[in-house]
Amino acid sequence: MAETAVSSPSAVAAAQPASASGSLLNAITSRLVIMVPYLWLLFFFLIPFIIVFKISLSQTAIAMPPYVPVLGVGEGISGFLAQLRELGIDNYVWLTEDPLYFNAYVSSVVIAAISTFLALLVGFPVAYGMARAPASIRPTLLMLVILPFWTSFLIRVYAWIGILKPEGLLNQVLLATGIIDQPLVIMNTHAAIFIGIVYSYLPFMILPLYSTLEKMDFSLIEAAQDLGCTPTGAFWKVTFPLALPGVVAGCMLVFIPAVGEFVIPDLLGGSQTLMIGKTLWNEFFANRDWPVSSAVAVILLLLLVVPIMIFQSAQARAQEQGR
Amino acid sequence: MKSLGSIRRDFAPWNDPDAKPYIAFENVTKRFGDFTAVNNLSLSIYEREFFALLGASGCGKSTLLRMLAGFEEPTAGRILLDGQDLRGIPPYRRPVNMMFQSYALFPHMTVEANIAFGLKQDGMPKPEVDARVAEMLKLVKLEQFTKRKPHQLSGGQRQRVALARSVAKRPKVLLLDEPLGALDKKLREETQFELMDLQQSLGLTFVVVTHDQEEAMTMADRIAILDRGEVMQVATPAEVYEAPASRFVAGFVGNVNMFEGTVAAREANTARITGASGAEIVVENAGEAAAGNAVAFAIRPEKIKVSSRKPEGAANAMEGEVFDLAYLGDMTVYHVKLTDGQVVKASALNSARVTEDPLTWNDRAWISFRPDAGVVLTR
Repeated sequence: MAETAVSSPSAVAAAQPASASGSLLNAITSRLVIMVPYLWLLFFFLIPFIIVFKISLSQTAIAMPPYVPVLGVGEGISGFLAQLRELGIDNYVWLTEDPLYFNAYVSSVVIAAISTFLALLVGFPVAYGMARAPASIRPTLLMLVILPFWTSFLIRVYAWIGILKPEGLLNQVLLATGIIDQPLVIMNTHAAIFIGIVYSYLPFMILPLYSTLEKMDFSLIEAAQDLGCTPTGAFWKVTFPLALPGVVAGCMLVFIPAVGEFVIPDLLGGSQTLMIGKTLWNEFFANRDWPVSSAVAVILLLLLVVPIMIFQSAQARAQEQGR
Repeated sequence: MKSLGSIRRDFAPWNDPDAKPYIAFENVTKRFGDFTAVNNLSLSIYEREFFALLGASGCGKSTLLRMLAGFEEPTAGRILLDGQDLRGIPPYRRPVNMMFQSYALFPHMTVEANIAFGLKQDGMPKPEVDARVAEMLKLVKLEQFTKRKPHQLSGGQRQRVALARSVAKRPKVLLLDEPLGALDKKLREETQFELMDLQQSLGLTFVVVTHDQEEAMTMADRIAILDRGEVMQVATPAEVYEAPASRFVAGFVGNVNMFEGTVAAREANTARITGASGAEIVVENAGEAAAGNAVAFAIRPEKIKVSSRKPEGAANAMEGEVFDLAYLGDMTVYHVKLTDGQVVKASALNSARVTEDPLTWNDRAWISFRPDAGVVLTR
């Protein structure tokens, strides 16, 4: 008895450092885990962005790589500083001088906005139907939404050419059934781009909508109707406000890539469609003007990502308050 | 004068042959695919009645309520409300409101906005809406919580908001789907009485669906007991308990002891029932049972007396042994195993602190009951 009484304080003393080191280890592990996404962003977003930003301040040159200066410390610190002095905002000034860029930005935003709205119109009923389907078939429906991703995006867009062209599948079916007597001109118009973008990005609209609608208690709609709301009224007063986070997320997921989209306008939109992604592609590959295309990319990023980040943080704050 | 239990209020339009039912289900059938939820059911509910639909899950009680609210249409038959056939009238045009089991409060709206929702749908002017909302908040004692969202409220408070929202429009009929199901026991008991007071003060007709017989017994003027889409009995709580119409009802509501047997003799209102083992029971209120009928004699545990000696002059007495015993404080429940092997439940109120006739496990015991203590069931 006496022995245990004597030994127990030392046992406690021995246990303490062990638990302290344990909590330290925990703290380090949790920091490490949090660091992984930050490192990812650093290496795959921030550093590439800094490189692009630097190139946008350079001058084009017939060289390898096709711009000057190439920063380096080969000529010492003073050489590096001299190189820095060569950087300038000429390319940004150039973007404001040629209306092509401004028009391309505006046209991209407009096309992306219309496509996003159309994707919402198509995606909402689909997501709603999925959320109200029997729980047993929902995984299958989800699978069907994701299934197109198993085929290459490029091939799927090419397939649309086969469907939309004047002698394509759609026109043949419509002519054969007598609905039209002249083939519809869809290829190489904005309509073809809308179809292409809505088709390609629909899953990104459906999935967030589905996940919010699935969580919704459908007795809320019955309650609204019970209190005198018509089904349409109940949709706008209850379903839609509750689905709003999904609507916002889905629209972001469609709008952001759609603005920079270049494959779809290039393949389906023909030569007269102006979109910033296509302009960027032309500057980069046809003109080999890396600095100007970098400037185009930086402006695109500022135009899109910054307002979206502000919007999202405002939303997060609003949600925090609501909780 | 003898009566079945206490009389709560002087309200019994169902006994008045001239009274017109306010809600009438006429031969209503509802099928979902091959499943028949409600089977050729007829039911009358009177104005200002507190009516309970009681049954196990899947008995069709919620379907009845949903048909009244307009969320389901009957497959056959019709439902009348105040003489008007409800067929084809959508839920948003029916003068009934429902309080949902999940409460279905709009999570994106404040307490105030939830209560005002239905009033605004009717195009009520804003000052009137505000006045009515204030009145409702006062009624359910939630004046301090006007600006809260539902997730900032406790379960009991949410229940009150749901109640306020459903009565705000002054519906002709209020439908309540398991209104107290999500509350804990203590709160449930308090709320039962509040609901009754509310129904009295607003003068509305309440139809409540519940699986909790105690809840139905406490609150309702009449109870309909449902089983597999059919009505087993419609009666006042006291009648359901003291004069069940069938073995099912007797077994469903409260505890009961059943003795199966045949009517050996019938004379005026008195019958002698012989059990399989030869035991004989004398019953004074034999009802429809005729000689030779196979019947069940049903008796509630609290109507059986347990004693260590054979009681003198008892009309019915049987010998057995204390098989099990539960002391609950306010009462003691005895399980007495009779000589023929049947176990009979008997409960005794511990009205005195000390007992002169203590009984314990394996003691010889006699059970006895009066000839009018039980009922004879032919169904």
